[in-house]
Amino acid sequence: MDVRLELYRQMVRMRAMEKRAYDLFLRGLVKGTSHLSTGQEAVAAGFAAAMRPDDYTFATYRGHAHTLARGAPMAGILAELMGRGNGLMSGKGGSMHLTSTEHGMMGSYAIVGAHLPIAGGAAWSAQLRGSEQVAVCFFGDGTTNIGAFHEALNLAAVWQLPVLYVCENNQYMEYTPIRAVTAVERPAADRAAAYGLERVVVDGNDVDAVYETALGALGKAREGGGPSLIEADTYRHGGHSRADPGTYRPQREVEDWLARDPVPAYRTKLLAAGIAESKLAGIEDAAARETDEATKAAEDGPLPEPALVERDLWADGGAAWRN
Amino acid sequence: MAQLTYRDAVARGLAQEMRRDERVVLLGEDVAEAGGVFKTTPGLLEEFGPRRVRDTPISEQAILGAAMGAAMTGLRPIAEIMFSDFFGVGWDLLANQIAKTRYMAGGQLSLPLVVRAANGGGLRFGAQHSQDVANWVMAVPGLKVVVPSTPRDVVGLLAAAVRDPDPVVFLEAKGLYPVRGEVPDGEITDTLGSAVLRREGGDCVIVTLGLMAPRALAAAERLEREHGIAAAVLDLRSLVPLDVRAVLEQLERTGRLFTVEENPRLCGWGAEVVSICAEEGFTSLDGPLVRITTPHVPLPAADSLEDAALPSVDRITETVAKSMD
Ligand SMILES: Cc1ncc(C[n+]2csc(CCOP(=O)(O)OP(=O)(O)O)c2C)c(N)n1
Repeated sequence: MDVRLELYRQMVRMRAMEKRAYDLFLRGLVKGTSHLSTGQEAVAAGFAAAMRPDDYTFATYRGHAHTLARGAPMAGILAELMGRGNGLMSGKGGSMHLTSTEHGMMGSYAIVGAHLPIAGGAAWSAQLRGSEQVAVCFFGDGTTNIGAFHEALNLAAVWQLPVLYVCENNQYMEYTPIRAVTAVERPAADRAAAYGLERVVVDGNDVDAVYETALGALGKAREGGGPSLIEADTYRHGGHSRADPGTYRPQREVEDWLARDPVPAYRTKLLAAGIAESKLAGIEDAAARETDEATKAAEDGPLPEPALVERDLWADGGAAWRN
Repeated sequence: MAQLTYRDAVARGLAQEMRRDERVVLLGEDVAEAGGVFKTTPGLLEEFGPRRVRDTPISEQAILGAAMGAAMTGLRPIAEIMFSDFFGVGWDLLANQIAKTRYMAGGQLSLPLVVRAANGGGLRFGAQHSQDVANWVMAVPGLKVVVPSTPRDVVGLLAAAVRDPDPVVFLEAKGLYPVRGEVPDGEITDTLGSAVLRREGGDCVIVTLGLMAPRALAAAERLEREHGIAAAVLDLRSLVPLDVRAVLEQLERTGRLFTVEENPRLCGWGAEVVSICAEEGFTSLDGPLVRITTPHVPLPAADSLEDAALPSVDRITETVAKSMD
């Protein structure tokens, strides 16, 4: 398949799924909280398409799209959001902890910055095993101010680990603009030099550019060239989490970024490149159907058995702490 | 049979496991070139090379994170945190990530890793390099907790920890590092959750582990000699899993139970043991269950103050003798 159509297909699926997650939340079917990445699809799609099936993804609580992009079934994701037994983790994890190891999705981590050193560890193991796998770790701009970021970057550089640290700079932490609380202008790229790394900034709304950047960094890591720190400029269309309307953002800023929405922008680009409208419409229809079917499968799923509470703490499947 | 120090036993145990399984790797501050700040890892770099024995920066989160990421992708890492007090610096990685990830992922990920650290008092280091953190880690679901008290057990329990498919926190009693003991030749392995009866006695049982185990034994000998009290001494060896069966069995045989622990008073592991005895061994009780602990204070540095804070042979002897009166 034409990689451009694959990139488009993935972005359309992510968009459809995230919209559905929002609807399900409004209907009270998604409990707790959820963090959507509507508007940031080009980053997830571009990297996933460039990765090898056995590469590792580490994501944050804003990880629905990254999980889908690695090949995890949409029904399993939506079911997990809805706390169903047919969810990816049988309802144990919820929206913020999506994991699907068979798809290289090594977890979504809900404490800011924690997964950066963990991704480094996966990369270290790949290096020792000589497997040429690469770990790709996504995080937000706000994460660059936490200690774990700096510990992880330093160790990755010193040990020349095959890991890509990808900052999705969506301009905000929760409610505070990143520039208001950060000593440098570019929260990730401006810190690269501190670890002897190249300064890399990519337009995170341009899926082709993301894909090219990802291919380059992955190739370098696989050949023993060490880690990369990549800052992808993008924007979340909604608020931080489900309860946040995002009204702290200037109207003008929101409009500017909406005008650069990566999904319609890519559609326009593909049409201009001579791809038939019917091809794109086919992709969109398929995504809509997939989303409906996944929703139905999720809604029809059973509630997790209460006995699951005491399962899978330990590798023997149980949770015993005494004899 | 060799006479080894507790400190040498650590290196012996690590080497035993690294020879057996090449997935076992060691990382931590000063573990490679320097052989460990407590000299618990000498010779390992020379034998296993820099790929498997790695010096790290002072980055407790990165050390624990590296171990976790490596464990979930096919290695069996052993991470050294120099002093267990520094768990505080990496607590998110230990208590939120390493401990919870398997469960949250519905069992998709396994984390076969060991976190070793020099734990507890006895060396006059003051409150930030002397505390016993067994109660911190024991309270977190998802972490196994081992505290050996003899050089032989260091080797056997370390082997059990490394071979265990789950995260194990291995607390080395730093006050015991210079203590010698017999360690049989050849490979030694143990089972987590198996207490050892160090001394038989029909009048009461003293339940303990780590640094307090030799003190409890010395106290038991004095109790016999000076007070005619026959005290059994049960060394738990691991807190998670906890050998409840052995505890209840000794309670049933003796009717009186004491715990001796380094932990500060509130919420130490002794409280858990005592509460289990109250719930499940009540009919065996011939008297109150008594905990001997450090007072609920940070550990002070001066000789006389640290000695006053930690349970001593004198205090154990007197407390037991008085309540058996
Ligand atoms: C250590 C920690 N502190 C605070 C929080 C609460 N929190 C959750 S998300 C978030 C903002 C993170 O911003 P950023 O890294 O830019 O990621 P984004 O949400 O924009 O993807 C905060 C402060 C947390 N989860 N972990």
